[in-house]
Amino acid sequence: MADDIKPRLRVPTTAKKGELVEVKTLITHPMETGLRKDADGKLVPRLIVNALAVTFNGKPVLNAKLEPAVAANPYLSFFVKVEESGTLKFTWTDDNKQSWTAESKIEVS
Amino acid sequence: MVASRLTRRTALGALAGALLARNAFATPDQARDWIAAMAKGTPKDGKVSLKAPEIAENGNAVPLTVSVESEMSEKSYVKALYVAADGNPNPGVAVYEFTPLAGKAEVALRVRLQQTQKLVAVAEMNDGTLYTASREVKVTIGGCGG
Repeated sequence: MADDIKPRLRVPTTAKKGELVEVKTLITHPMETGLRKDADGKLVPRLIVNALAVTFNGKPVLNAKLEPAVAANPYLSFFVKVEESGTLKFTWTDDNKQSWTAESKIEVS
Repeated sequence: MVASRLTRRTALGALAGALLARNAFATPDQARDWIAAMAKGTPKDGKVSLKAPEIAENGNAVPLTVSVESEMSEKSYVKALYVAADGNPNPGVAVYEFTPLAGKAEVALRVRLQQTQKLVAVAEMNDGTLYTASREVKVTIGGCGG
């Protein structure tokens, strides 16, 4: 299961200085709430992506803490104001402390 | 004696009922408490807006956009944004911590909603003031499994 978990990003590759850039992220993850029962009637243990940290050139932009009420394949879009070229880095962490990272470069002209 | 026992039993029954109800779904109070545990103070109305469909056919993934009016400068920015739902098994939805680098305090996400309920958002500014808004979403098919 865990091998199917893949982050996806939609970030523009170029931007003007000072532009507000919209960033769209998604990670394929079932977000088990811990409330669902399997076919045998047993509770499926909770396993969700509980955090997403976003940095631009190493500086924090956004930290998200997620609860089970966030839908499966958690999608999040937000904004970044870019003043210089750099790299956006995304780190997702789940309840098992497993993490996934993704990066995207933005060229500022 | 009889009368007092009856009262105690009734009281216990009511308490058990309340506990059961609480186990099933969060209440508006719990949603407020969940936020209040992190954001100290009394939120004022305004600045925050929630965008979500009035009627969600499928509660498994309800699109929600939360934005907060702020210039997002070093002097004045939204430090944190708390989102809760008052009719899910647990009140919490998500917490977003911003820095001025974000430029705009807006997030879009998809939430699970078990039933028709109110979504509540509270924004905490860097000076500690709190703003809130809420929005009701009618849910046709709940989305928390079960």
